[in-house]
Amino acid sequence: MGRGQFVDDLDRRGLVELAFVRSEMAAADISRIGARAALKVAGVIAVLTADDLAPIAPLRAALDRSEFVATEMPVIARDRVRHVGEAIAVVVADSRYAAEDGAESVEVEYRSRQAVASVDEATRPGAPLVHDEAPGNVVVDVRWSSSPAIDEVFEGAPHVVRAEVSTGRLSALPLEGRACLASFDERTGQVVLYSSTQVPHTVRTAVAGCLGLDEHRVRVVAPDVGGGFGQKCVVAREEVLVAAVARHLRRPVKWVEDRRESLIAGFQAREQRYELRAAVGADGSVLALDADVVCDVGAYSCYPVTCGVEVLMAANELPGPYRIDTYRVHARGVVTHKAPIAPFRGVSRPQAALALERLMNEAGRATGLGPVEVRLRNLPTADEFPFRNVMGARYDAGSCRESLVKCAAATDAALQSVQKQARARGRLAGAGLAVFVEPAAYGTSAFGARKMSIVPGYEQATVRIDASGSVLVMAGTHSHGQGHATTYAQIVADELGVSPDKVQVREGDTELVPHGWGTFASRSIVSAGGAMARASAVLVEEMRRIAAHLLEAAVEDVELRDGRLAVRGSPASSFSVEEIAKIAHHGSNRLPPELGRGLEATENFDPEGTYSNAAHGAVVEVDPETGEIELVHFVVVEDCGVMINPMIVDGQVAGGVTQGIGSALLEQIVHDESGQPLVTSLIDYLVPTATDVPAIEIHHIETPTSRTTTGAKGMGEGGAIGAPAAILNAVNDSLSGLGVVSRVPIRPADVFEALDNGSHHESTHQSAGLLSGAHDLGVPT
Amino acid sequence: MNELLTVSFSVNGRRETVTVEPRYTLVDVLRHDLGLTGTHVGCEHGICGACTVLVDGLPVRSCLVFAVQAEDRSIETVESLGSPDELNELQRAFSTEHGLQCGFCTPGFLMLLTAFLAEHEAPTDEEVRGAVASNLCRCTGYQGIVRAACAVRDARLRARAAVGSDPAEDAAARP
Repeated sequence: MGRGQFVDDLDRRGLVELAFVRSEMAAADISRIGARAALKVAGVIAVLTADDLAPIAPLRAALDRSEFVATEMPVIARDRVRHVGEAIAVVVADSRYAAEDGAESVEVEYRSRQAVASVDEATRPGAPLVHDEAPGNVVVDVRWSSSPAIDEVFEGAPHVVRAEVSTGRLSALPLEGRACLASFDERTGQVVLYSSTQVPHTVRTAVAGCLGLDEHRVRVVAPDVGGGFGQKCVVAREEVLVAAVARHLRRPVKWVEDRRESLIAGFQAREQRYELRAAVGADGSVLALDADVVCDVGAYSCYPVTCGVEVLMAANELPGPYRIDTYRVHARGVVTHKAPIAPFRGVSRPQAALALERLMNEAGRATGLGPVEVRLRNLPTADEFPFRNVMGARYDAGSCRESLVKCAAATDAALQSVQKQARARGRLAGAGLAVFVEPAAYGTSAFGARKMSIVPGYEQATVRIDASGSVLVMAGTHSHGQGHATTYAQIVADELGVSPDKVQVREGDTELVPHGWGTFASRSIVSAGGAMARASAVLVEEMRRIAAHLLEAAVEDVELRDGRLAVRGSPASSFSVEEIAKIAHHGSNRLPPELGRGLEATENFDPEGTYSNAAHGAVVEVDPETGEIELVHFVVVEDCGVMINPMIVDGQVAGGVTQGIGSALLEQIVHDESGQPLVTSLIDYLVPTATDVPAIEIHHIETPTSRTTTGAKGMGEGGAIGAPAAILNAVNDSLSGLGVVSRVPIRPADVFEALDNGSHHESTHQSAGLLSGAHDLGVPT
Repeated sequence: MNELLTVSFSVNGRRETVTVEPRYTLVDVLRHDLGLTGTHVGCEHGICGACTVLVDGLPVRSCLVFAVQAEDRSIETVESLGSPDELNELQRAFSTEHGLQCGFCTPGFLMLLTAFLAEHEAPTDEEVRGAVASNLCRCTGYQGIVRAACAVRDARLRARAAVGSDPAEDAAARP
């Protein structure tokens, strides 16, 4: 095998390779770029700076709201850099080796500026500004309150509980980094860009916009994509730049990001801080939630979703699945001299769940109800659906309570099975839970409400049955491991009554597929799946009309059953889909003029949004001598409605949970105070390996939604959302009474610190388990 | 720096001779000079294992080996395994057990586990997981990869048991 076609597997006649000269400083003015030495390096063809290329407009991602300050992201730095790794020049050579030799020989002289490398530094009075137009380095500042009386609720509350958490800066780290191959087609006058992207049409819009071209002068093709996880759902500066260089040189140019570039200059994510307070009634109900959220968004605003994406999602979705009527939030996005952020699987939901689920544990402790019962007191019951939460999100159908109860029982059983042995070995064992909803498949109304200047959300699909009766599906989404070729074929085959192996799926080519928004936010199966189900239904109608004409019957009497079209009750004379397809193309003389001009339909679907829900449970063992944390068991009880393909659902869950384990225990990009990244290879950035991941126990509950054509809900992100919260709660449960950890990734040093700061060591210390305080768990309502 | 050396080795049973700079890594020569793009480059510092190939039957990170070090060696890449119409046992197991999503790490895992299962006839589940931990996958959470390797182990153990304990037959049953 080995027949995948990733960007780096492609070749072109006359291909040259490109390497970037990237900034070594986090904050500086560029006083000189010297190319002379580089041009003498064997194999080097050109050294290009911003001044050598035709003017390239910066990327400018904006929200149309007063709390947002729009900033520009230059595609190539001209006179100033704002993070280490920002591109300053490109070197083009006949091999990557020569291009990198050349890049090393380019001399850049900087006048350094003072860098602000953390939220605290950036928001200090008088701090240097990352962007002159963003005073105080705050680019998003959102305040919202459901009630002016919230402070009185806190004053009168029997309990007030608090939780503070902070989360490490991450890379989504697709195993294939970003990669581009651009060429200029002299015949069509088109720039053709092959790119490892989740969003080909959005890349086309950006490249055309930055280069001042009509969109049809740019063709973007995403071949096989080696993972994305959100990092490739925004437009990279390099995509624009490689296209610009190919146009400038009139030669095919390839750039393949190496791992160091990816970790230094690729989009990052998730460096956030939460301070939460809840007013809790004696019965355990959360009377009010007060939140302060700060996101370190790095130096620039990613296109098109903007650097507001984490801030707004945190503010909007923090209350999660709970029945919390009174909510106040202050959420800010702060720019720093670090690589910009982009969405990463779940965006802010993993951190929001981390904070809120820690808070719920505190509420369970303060009220004596325990972690399960206190959550049950606040989760909507079956008769409360459709449930509208305090932010107006409308959860149409779900199983928050059932999933929690089932997950708690399985997790507690796993804890009991290891607890005794762990104690015998001097280790602390603990269990933790997390409950969440996974809003997915946003449509234009949801994105519009965010006031994005570019509003994604609908999706289109074309379904074409050719003369041989085989089916081609073309969608604007793009699979990078989600198995669209399988699931889309299943959806269309079901509608058309043909075998799935008759259905071919094409995505990722702006010349071939209808305009679409790509694959992100767990939208594909709902949005594109809905569009292709509709297009298929149009074709079924068309085939019924053709069959009715041929059978001399009324259309209402013709049905499609088992792949054949026949008059209801008279299956003897019938046509197969293949026969109808052949007649529609090659025998249209037998048909009236309005029928038989091929069989093709394009439809769209603009979803209202779906809400999968899940409960996660983690069991850990902590070694108090070494601070080492071992995740010994993980339970997922998830509800994504109808599962089109259960194996793919489980694969998404396991992959997401594993990324959650990484962010809880291993992964973090650290910068020093001057903005230098200290984590620049996989030796330092620890991705979970197979031995870091236990066997994951997955259970399903299927509560269909009526908002989609199939009853399925988006579910690609949930695994990553709940896992960090469940693991942090488990670690704190193992330490309970001894100390509290309030950050991820949890390092051994954090365990020591918690133990040092804890009230006292108790040799008899032991987790009470998840079910203490829980009443009547057997009968969820 | 730019002197050239000629090196010969066997790749998937074919004798190959290439003239390259001494600094060229084996993976770059396989991919660029020989057009065998099934072997992928994920990190270029030997952590992720996407570039794993077999050198004289043993799994090797081809990003950490210079092509000139492969002189007279026998190299097997993912292209030596089954074709789309005729997947081998391990490839089929990856497919049925959902051992891949984006597919970028898959060639490295296939070569790693080809060698591991050839060397270990009856590894425990834990030993399989330990072997899988040599490489990185960012999509699957390893569940399907571990299942696939265990499925092949089990199928081979069953095949051996069916053949009996005659060592000659036992060896013949091995694919």
